Amino acid sequence: MVNGPPPERIPEALPAPKAGRSFPLVWVVPAVALAIGAWLAVSSWLDHGPVVEIHFGTAEGLQAGKTRIKYKDVDVGHIGAISLAADLTGVVATAHLSKGADKLLVEDTRFWVVRPRISGSTVSGLQTLLSGTYVAVDVGKSTQRRRLFIGLEQPPAFTTDAPGRQLALRSEDIGSLDIGSPVYYRRLQVGQVAAYALEGDGKAVKVTVFVNAPYDRFVTAASRFWHASGVDLALDAEGVRVKTESLVSLAVGGIAFDTPLDEAEPASIPPDMVFELHRSQARANKNPDRLADSYVLVFNQSVRGLQPGAPVDFRGIVVGEVAAIHTQYDPQNERISIPVEIRVYPERFTSRLRGGAPKAGRLGKDGKFVARLVERGLRAQLRTASLLTGQLYVALDFFPDAPRASLDLAQSPPELPTTASALEDLHTTLVGMAGNFNRTLQTLDALVKRLDTELAPEARATLAEMRKALAETTKTMGDASRTFASAEKSLAPDSALFGELQDAAREFARTAQSLRTLADYLERNPQALLRGKSADAQ
Amino acid sequence: MNATAAELGLLACGTCGLLSRAPAAPGAACPRCHARLAFRKPGSIGHCWAYLVAAMALYVPANTLPIMHTSSLFGSSEDTILSGVLFLWESGSWVLALIVFLASIVIPLVKIIALAVLAASVQLGWRARRGERARLYRLVESIGRWSMLDIFVVALLVALVQLTALAAVRAGPAAPAFGAVVVLTMAAAQSFDPRLIWDGERPAA
Repeated sequence: MVNGPPPERIPEALPAPKAGRSFPLVWVVPAVALAIGAWLAVSSWLDHGPVVEIHFGTAEGLQAGKTRIKYKDVDVGHIGAISLAADLTGVVATAHLSKGADKLLVEDTRFWVVRPRISGSTVSGLQTLLSGTYVAVDVGKSTQRRRLFIGLEQPPAFTTDAPGRQLALRSEDIGSLDIGSPVYYRRLQVGQVAAYALEGDGKAVKVTVFVNAPYDRFVTAASRFWHASGVDLALDAEGVRVKTESLVSLAVGGIAFDTPLDEAEPASIPPDMVFELHRSQARANKNPDRLADSYVLVFNQSVRGLQPGAPVDFRGIVVGEVAAIHTQYDPQNERISIPVEIRVYPERFTSRLRGGAPKAGRLGKDGKFVARLVERGLRAQLRTASLLTGQLYVALDFFPDAPRASLDLAQSPPELPTTASALEDLHTTLVGMAGNFNRTLQTLDALVKRLDTELAPEARATLAEMRKALAETTKTMGDASRTFASAEKSLAPDSALFGELQDAAREFARTAQSLRTLADYLERNPQALLRGKSADAQ
Repeated sequence: MNATAAELGLLACGTCGLLSRAPAAPGAACPRCHARLAFRKPGSIGHCWAYLVAAMALYVPANTLPIMHTSSLFGSSEDTILSGVLFLWESGSWVLALIVFLASIVIPLVKIIALAVLAASVQLGWRARRGERARLYRLVESIGRWSMLDIFVVALLVALVQLTALAAVRAGPAAPAFGAVVVLTMAAAQSFDPRLIWDGERPAA
């Protein structure tokens, strides 16, 4: 039995016939949802670009899932995961690149981490202080695809698409260069150092520089490069020289280059050309010397002030340099000599010859030519380049009066005869003069002593004599006084001479008076001069 | 002894609650408020399954695609729900991470599974554990709206952080998907008729 109100009290529901629907509309909802889900999945799968692996030395600043990858500051992906490399030498970052990034991933594409870097010449990546580091890409030019990359430890100095030219230089040492150090052409910064590495044999440093367009066309096969690092302070036979390219290069070093203008046509640079990076501009501008002859000079004087590298000079033209300074003991003669080895570049004698002469080479076929020159008086001499610094150089010149000598060609290297230097002569003279002076002083001393002992008593006697003579003189003066008194007496007013003088004076006065009268008359009557004295007047 | 309204030929109006006798012809309306009446929600299981399938289809992109793009002066980032949870967890906000994880990942999943179990149990005519299933249904219905937490956060951020030059937050493709999942699970729960759980119950002797 059912408890509750009887069924007859419950109202009848209204009939509402249902429109028969064959398909329940609600199934549209999952259909739409599936379509949307599928579309989202497909579109996100399509958005997914390639995944590559990049090896870095360290994961400093990298965050999995956060660190972005940027090409020209455009977001092209992110670092998805970071794990240690299998050999524990670095880290492997899995990079998820965005769709269409395939063309970024070629053989020579480079990745590096942009971190704040402050070096001498550049400050970069400061924005990453706030935004966190990111990975930058430089897209290469190759068409070969690649999926595994080695990240750079240093950001490249230039990007692949930067117009310009990359050059390889070879240097003895790195100097004060660093990556990013400027490259100057006529003191204008035209590029920078891109990389450097020790050469395989460890004997030189290979420096890669990048010269920006349009300056790269000034680099030719004849260009010379030199270190413009810091201050070039040179103390040599030419005195003290201070030279610097710019304040920046003073701080961080740099490279300068120049191209000789006399090149007929700029020779194109072979792709594997390596330029020599010279120590200084002076060295860079030297003509390359292909021939060198060694000679030995033996000086019998001090070589203080002579250094290896000091110039060998022929009448002002540097034709060589001092290679080495040795000492030699000859046990037979028990003498110590100082052989100085010099290198002479014979081309420097010939390269400036005009006309049909060979452009470069030796003057003579063999050493006999030099031997003839020696017979004609060619000698080497030490000369002082600067009295201030005492630097010496070797001068070659002709001394026809020099004692005869000859070149022994059998000896290697042959010994070139020397002659005492002018300074040495001067020195000897000065020393001699000093000796003479000393002797003179001694003589003078003796003289003074003799004066003191022998002459002084005589002088005293002379003084007594002189005093006697003075007394005589006083007496003579008294006599003279008397003579003057008598002269005065003879001119007194009552003397006969004075009377006559008075008369003469009076006569002269009268004459003057009559002359005045005549003059008065003539003034009043000038005609009297022609006509004579008139009767009226008479 | 208990009998169901359906067994007695009685209809209860879901809108105004009036009880009425079923007419002979199929299809009925409430004599008081004219709402459509049925012994059981018509097509309840079918609707439930339809919504569940849709919710499942969208649950995957909701959790794998980024829900939020953040771009600022210092770079941009995309966050999925899970990466946000991980970020919160790593930065030490464990409680917050747990709340977001539960509300955004666990609850929608639990809802979908629970409703699927309920719908399947009714379809297969399970007789065991009717009481537990009824409790499960009540639980699913009550926690439904909590899941909108993520959408609230994203909507707020998108509206507030619009300093065009400095920073901008955009909703990612996962946001509408996630919202749809929540709405669809709620619709599924709504369309499920819990009375079906008890149908076929033999009266206790």
